[in-house]
Amino acid sequence: MNEKTMTEEQHFTEVIAEESICTNENLVFEKTNILTDTPMHYCPGCGHGVAHRLIAEAIDELNIQDKTVGVAPVGCSVFAYNYFDIDMTEAPHGRASAVATGIKRVLPDKYVFSYQGDGDLAAIGTGETIHTCNRGENILIVFINNGIYGMTGGQMAPTTLVGMKSTTTPFGREVEVMGNPLKITELIAQLPGVYYCTRVAVNTPVNVRKAKKAILNGFKYQELKKGLSFVEVVSNCPSNWKMTPVDSNKWMEENMFPFYPLGDLKVPGKEN
Amino acid sequence: MKELKLMKGNEALAEAAILTGCDGYFGYPITPQSEILEYLALEARKRTGMVVLQAESEVAAINMIYGAAGTGKKVMTSSSSPGISLMQEGISYIACAELPCLLVNVVRGGPGLGTIQPSQGDYFQAVKGGGHGDYKMIVLAPSTVQEMADHVKLGFDLAFKWRNPVMILSDGALGQMMEKVQLPAQLPRSTETPSWATVGKPKTRERNILTSLHIQPDKMQDINLHLQKKYSDIEKEEIRFEKYECEDAEIILVAFGLVARICQKAAQFAREKGVKVGVFRPITLFPYPYNELNKLADQAKGILTVEMNAGQMVEDVRLAVNGKIPVEFVGRMGGIIPTPEEILHKLEERFVGEMA
Repeated sequence: MNEKTMTEEQHFTEVIAEESICTNENLVFEKTNILTDTPMHYCPGCGHGVAHRLIAEAIDELNIQDKTVGVAPVGCSVFAYNYFDIDMTEAPHGRASAVATGIKRVLPDKYVFSYQGDGDLAAIGTGETIHTCNRGENILIVFINNGIYGMTGGQMAPTTLVGMKSTTTPFGREVEVMGNPLKITELIAQLPGVYYCTRVAVNTPVNVRKAKKAILNGFKYQELKKGLSFVEVVSNCPSNWKMTPVDSNKWMEENMFPFYPLGDLKVPGKEN
Repeated sequence: MKELKLMKGNEALAEAAILTGCDGYFGYPITPQSEILEYLALEARKRTGMVVLQAESEVAAINMIYGAAGTGKKVMTSSSSPGISLMQEGISYIACAELPCLLVNVVRGGPGLGTIQPSQGDYFQAVKGGGHGDYKMIVLAPSTVQEMADHVKLGFDLAFKWRNPVMILSDGALGQMMEKVQLPAQLPRSTETPSWATVGKPKTRERNILTSLHIQPDKMQDINLHLQKKYSDIEKEEIRFEKYECEDAEIILVAFGLVARICQKAAQFAREKGVKVGVFRPITLFPYPYNELNKLADQAKGILTVEMNAGQMVEDVRLAVNGKIPVEFVGRMGGIIPTPEEILHKLEERFVGEMA
């Protein structure tokens, strides 16, 4: 930590210590109850933090903390259970939806969600993902797609775009060698067991609001017992894309969104 | 007197699961144990409301068990050797997260796809770990269809007492053969929720987290030390074994499961010839009855270990005996069950000449 940031931190501490400004009238934003005080390990600018907050807000607003069990994956969000003030299980790599299935089957009236990255859900866990969706388990799957393996340090993911560089595709993803990126969300949207399927992002205030609504839907639909809700969040990875947070969001908009277009793939009551 | 039924081992085990109030079964078909899933699919839900789900793979099944066991419910799976190999990662997670559950391995001959005939070739896998890291399952070895049924309740009781996965290590013959069996009365499904279960966090308690991830080495070492202490306590409290005519025996046959019964017949043949032979049968393979075997080595002149494998448990027999007396081995592989005659022949070949 350099001198400058220390000074800023001290300044910040002094400002918030001033009782005169800490009043209810000045309160414009606060931590959601369902998030713990544990500092998140995510890199600056990463979408995971916002996605976590939206899930926490949804649980809080629906007042279902005492009825919710979450499942964390292996990947960058392996520590998700440190940040949610709810009961959680940390699953083996790729198996979060199977673990969630086990929980939901014996506790059919609880709210169950899994939170999984692209490697977890669409590479090693593809079989579990498809069959959990196909059985129409009454759970919510939140799928974070940033087209790269974050925790292991920037290797190719099943969703890595053609031509996109990673540590295991140092010259860019070549279709002849590694095939095309897998649109798992389009794939599972076709299954009758999937009740609701949408693709959102958390890069702008408007998109954050849409993502929040999608996650709220995903929890609420569990009460109907009509099938699985699947919310893909197209996200960024500044560290492994080797960009600033701002640049990574711009790159995501210009490159990820055309291939992974935002919007609903399946909405209850509508012909898709 | 309770009703006697004639049942297959697999079916008796499945029936016992319903009767003991099991809450959920998640499994994948594989010979020679598919009757367990089939029987439960037919009987369980209508009788007790028990969840029965055919998973898309053994990998999915063990992870469904992981999730469901985490809610504190009484859940189980069953499979046979190749399927149990696929479950090893999940079993390691379950052992580290200290979740109670019952796993059944109706062992078939290996390695590889092997054969669907009976074997005891998964002793090492069941008893010495199988998956990654330092963990132990409590391992029960039934030798009769009656024990196939009895070990279900015993297994669940031990699993919940110790918060540990319990494995019933059976074999393809025990699973498929029919014997008379006396079944217990129906127990109600439990309505209690253990304090550690992930069922939704009320305001009145801290959140429950089930994980096997502890990045800090000192924390991970503490978890390991805790597990090792538990395994050591299990070794003090849960050893089970059976002795057959060991009191005056000069030669002890050591075998587990079905083979122990074949050894009893071999011992009878030997006694008819005037050779005093007894049979020692470990019922728990972990914890293993090392001390009891060691005591027997003070009285006997030799031990013959008989297994349906290339010699796996014999390593534990040798550890127990610690060189006091000779420990010989005879085994059959590939799905072949040894006969009493060949056991007797081996026994005479190795020991009787020396004794005369």
